[in-house]
Amino acid sequence: MKEETKLSVSAIENGTVVDHIPAQNLFKVISILGLERIDNLITFGTNMESHRLGKKAIIKVADKFFEREEINRIAVVAPHAKLNVIKGYTVVEKQVVEVPDRIEGIIKCVNPKCITNVELVKTKFEVIDKQNVSLKCHYCEKITDQEHMIYL
Amino acid sequence: MKNKSLVAINDLSKEDIIKILDLAEEFEKNPIQNILNKTVVATLFFEPSTRTRLSFESAVSRLGGRVIGFSEAANTSVSKGESLKDTILTVANYSDLIVMRHSIEGSARYASEVSPVPIINAGDGANQHPTQTLLDLFSIRKTQGTLEGLNIFLVGDLKYGRTVHSLLMAMSRFGASFTFVSPRELRMPSEYKMHLDSMGLKYTEQTDLNENLDKADIIYMTRVQRERFSDPLEYEKVKNVYVLRNKMLENTKPTMRVLHPLPRVNEIHTDVDPNPKAYYFPQALNGVYTRMAIMSLILDLK
Repeated sequence: MKEETKLSVSAIENGTVVDHIPAQNLFKVISILGLERIDNLITFGTNMESHRLGKKAIIKVADKFFEREEINRIAVVAPHAKLNVIKGYTVVEKQVVEVPDRIEGIIKCVNPKCITNVELVKTKFEVIDKQNVSLKCHYCEKITDQEHMIYL
Repeated sequence: MKNKSLVAINDLSKEDIIKILDLAEEFEKNPIQNILNKTVVATLFFEPSTRTRLSFESAVSRLGGRVIGFSEAANTSVSKGESLKDTILTVANYSDLIVMRHSIEGSARYASEVSPVPIINAGDGANQHPTQTLLDLFSIRKTQGTLEGLNIFLVGDLKYGRTVHSLLMAMSRFGASFTFVSPRELRMPSEYKMHLDSMGLKYTEQTDLNENLDKADIIYMTRVQRERFSDPLEYEKVKNVYVLRNKMLENTKPTMRVLHPLPRVNEIHTDVDPNPKAYYFPQALNGVYTRMAIMSLILDLK
């Protein structure tokens, strides 16, 4: 499996490889990490076979190293993602995503009568279930579960 | 509580709650005081609620304060499209405290984050209405002599009823047990039952209002609304089932009291009104004392 991945997306000298992204969420991850707005060399592959995820995607970003906070922002869309920090073509560090206690922005509150859907108010949630990623709105107190998640 | 907003009942500790109730009791004994004589309270009712607004305004007036505000959003800048944030920031210049009611859920929490003066939530959609819960607690303590270990019957729309959910959460801190009486379609949501389970508190569910009433310390009635039913036939079947009548109170405890957040429509028959166990009108008066206590604690005048 690993061989195939390496073949389909070329290796980078320095940077970060984000692996084990559910294929359907690839573009959400790109958007959350703000990769559309940077000039670094980025390669990605998607719809690769994965035992765990069915179809997975992988992103390689040259010369980019993420802060812990940035990494955790993708937790809701790619909770099993793994990051390999590459220096001189070798993996020097492996990082896993941790679902944070609170999430700001990124997700839309499921409640159409919530103030965040009516006025320009940034969404804020308390994560009440880290396993299945279930969020309680800081404002209207309604629960947004994974099934109803819409990304901003 | 000094200078803090009151948005949700869970913002208060058990000690805060008791402090409010004790002070409300003082105001009950001595309701005319001039402690708000230099205070302007704004009542912003983006959604009409005559009872709650008058209760707040009465509380302010009796304590010598002044009220400014509006009772509905029509004819205000809101109808011109002004944002809630702008309304709050503007009105905060004119007042020391803002009492607000809004149909949008979470609006009070948001207002409390942008406002330089404290906000009291007088209802944000189906979400929170903490002063109602506090006046319910005051009424329960006053009629039962305690809040600890009581058996509370919650009757009617238990699925959507904001009032019963908040009351359940608050009373669970005092070791209450509950009996839920509702049609199947409007049963208590599982999250609240799980909360009681986690606290080790007992509850039972029944669809028949006539059963077990002799065990109740409080019967808390709410209205079953037609619009809550997906099937109109279901509503027709239950609409007259959850009506409390005087003869049903015959075997209830002498200390039992019937509460209702009001307005009542037909869920308590008027033949209950003369019964000393009917407590819903005194309950509304308790709302004035409770709101006096909340406002004076937030404004640090007590």
